[in-house]
Amino acid sequence: MKKTAIFGALTVAGLMAGAAGAATLDDVKARGKLNCGVSTGLAGFSNPDANGNWEGFDVAVCRAVAAAVLGDPQAVEFVPTTGKTRFTALASGEIDMLARNTTWTLSRDADLKFTFVGVNYYDGQGFMVPKELGVSSAKELDGATVCIQTGTTTELNLADFFRKNNMSYEPVPIETNAEAQQQYLAGACDVYTTDASGLASTRATFEDPSAHAVLPEIISKEPLGPLVRHGDDEWGDITRWTLNALVAAEELGITSANVAEMAASAGDNPEINRLLGTEGNLGEMLGLEADWAVKAISAGGNYGEIFESNIGESTPIGLARGLNAQWTDGGLIYSPPFR
Amino acid sequence: MATLTDPPSESFKLSMLIYDTRYRSITFQVIALILFLTLIGWLINNTVQNLQDLGKEPSFGFMNQPAGYDINQTLIPYNSQDTHLRAAFVGILNTLLVAVMGCITATVVGVFVGVLRLSGNWLVARLMTVYVEIFRNVPVLMWIVLCMAILIESLPSPSDFRGDDPEATMSFFDTVAITNRGVYVPAVEFSRGLPALPVGNAFDLSLNFVVALLVLLGGIWASGAIRRRADAIQNSTGVRPRTWHLRVGVILIPLIAVLTILGFNLQYPELKGFNFGGGLYMRNSLIALWLALSLYTAAFVAEIVRAGIMAVSHGQTEAAAALGLRPRRVMSLVVLPQALRIIIPPLISQYLNLTKNSSLAIAVGYMDVTGTLMGITLNQTGRELETVLLGMLVYLTISLIISAVMNLYNSRVALVER
Repeated sequence: MKKTAIFGALTVAGLMAGAAGAATLDDVKARGKLNCGVSTGLAGFSNPDANGNWEGFDVAVCRAVAAAVLGDPQAVEFVPTTGKTRFTALASGEIDMLARNTTWTLSRDADLKFTFVGVNYYDGQGFMVPKELGVSSAKELDGATVCIQTGTTTELNLADFFRKNNMSYEPVPIETNAEAQQQYLAGACDVYTTDASGLASTRATFEDPSAHAVLPEIISKEPLGPLVRHGDDEWGDITRWTLNALVAAEELGITSANVAEMAASAGDNPEINRLLGTEGNLGEMLGLEADWAVKAISAGGNYGEIFESNIGESTPIGLARGLNAQWTDGGLIYSPPFR
Repeated sequence: MATLTDPPSESFKLSMLIYDTRYRSITFQVIALILFLTLIGWLINNTVQNLQDLGKEPSFGFMNQPAGYDINQTLIPYNSQDTHLRAAFVGILNTLLVAVMGCITATVVGVFVGVLRLSGNWLVARLMTVYVEIFRNVPVLMWIVLCMAILIESLPSPSDFRGDDPEATMSFFDTVAITNRGVYVPAVEFSRGLPALPVGNAFDLSLNFVVALLVLLGGIWASGAIRRRADAIQNSTGVRPRTWHLRVGVILIPLIAVLTILGFNLQYPELKGFNFGGGLYMRNSLIALWLALSLYTAAFVAEIVRAGIMAVSHGQTEAAAALGLRPRRVMSLVVLPQALRIIIPPLISQYLNLTKNSSLAIAVGYMDVTGTLMGITLNQTGRELETVLLGMLVYLTISLIISAVMNLYNSRVALVER
């Protein structure tokens, strides 16, 4: 992984000649495949199944973009990245977009030169402890040994949280989620901290999930979203509006089941017509075909369907919609208008 | 009167650069050098240009920003509000710590194994062969991960020490706690100690240790003086005076006196909250990395030692035996001193390898310079080029220093040919 980082750095240095200003859309079309950076394996978000097919909440975003651009949700090359290698991979052009539970921060936007195209999951950093420890609040963690994925915002939040509360702790930096899980289960650390969604996902894979508790404190805001490189606004628009299309589809009641029927002919609702390309030329403005949103929604369904099938309450991950409900249901998920 | 005249000097013609064998090789070398420098220049120019296009001009200003992250093992005081530069120094010191510990252990184990591999005892020799072949033929990363996994999975966690009937108890008369997070050993404390001396604002130097060390070194020097005097008496009279009690006393008595004055005592580890508190804490990551690097490198050192010993002519051994020396004295007085001259140069490169291999530390979460500067700092600031270049510079410097010191030692033990 270290090698990848260094190699990536060299790639940034050496091979960026064409990538910086060039149209990513043309590259993707010419290649016939979307290179999408995902995590190395986080159940529910991006994880290969038994047959090696990637599936998950973040993977669905990649597939929707591939469907919108190339018309084929399977035309995605998934590139597993660690917390450390992801930005280098994106900056170097190794991947066209990154959908890997990445927190939107100012410095990543302005200093690392990335464009976050939206938020697909509103998250916050939490703590997981074994129940037998008898801890009920993060404020009781003074002196604890904390397992943490290195190269993430959680590392900084953790330092701030313990500093603010005048507590000491022993950080155990770990490269991947799987290693963290091993150390946590062996008792080499008392606490595992990462985004609350990641904790739920990790706990779901434990032999006995009920023996572990996620503490009530959420110590940070972690808006997670897909991102692209600075410098190619057209490509940024495509990914942004593909994500918005999934969100708007849920709001407008368009599902993977009825999208084909609704797109067959213009209906009564002009916003649905514009979104599905039966009216207006929104697709053309993005440099895509008129039915781009139809393909994106057909790929895995609308935002709500993707949520329910990958991380929703019916899955082992069992996350409630909470903040991630539509704005009409009191959540934060909101798409700007399609017009 | 005969005069010698110089032969008419040839005027230099441009074509001679290619057709004259005196100049031809130089011409080609100059052309190759120009091409090479052009290539390097092109690469550097390309890099700078592309980074500029990305809006990321190379700059090292970020090193003075607060790092924002914590490091578990810090040899100098550090907190998350310190700069990236200081975090990098913490990492460098951690690298040096594991490198020094590893080099010493690898040398001791390596020499031992190398000598035993030549043992006349079939079983011992074969066992050592198995050790060498297993360790040097598996990548060191595997050994590091394996050591860590064994430590984590096989040792009790601190919570096992809790309760009236704990599953695990402390070892060595309740002084050492061996857990799957690390080993806690008693720490040295001075109750009437001298104040710490701040060096710049980088770290505090413990005067207690300096004083104790100076007294110890003085004792050893005095002991050496007594030995030299005994040698002189033996040479002149033939009778060697009994000096061992003097030599032990001159080392121990001042040391014990100084330690008592400073109020020397041991602070034992005890369970506090989630972990053990007090005492000296050696993290699992350090132990795993140290063990794996030492055992791996020791296998190579053993081969170097064996080669060095075998390179000493067998006639030397026979001659020494003919003088009536016992096999152990033959090894230590005749063979090893000569073998050392052959052993040192390849040993240097093993030390360098060990130091560079320590950059695999992140596999077990040991925060060396690769973990801090080229790991978290790289990630939080996004300065790949700068941090990697700095990291390379650090390793280059460390390696060159090791080489220089070892070469100095080598020049002292090398065979002086007249």
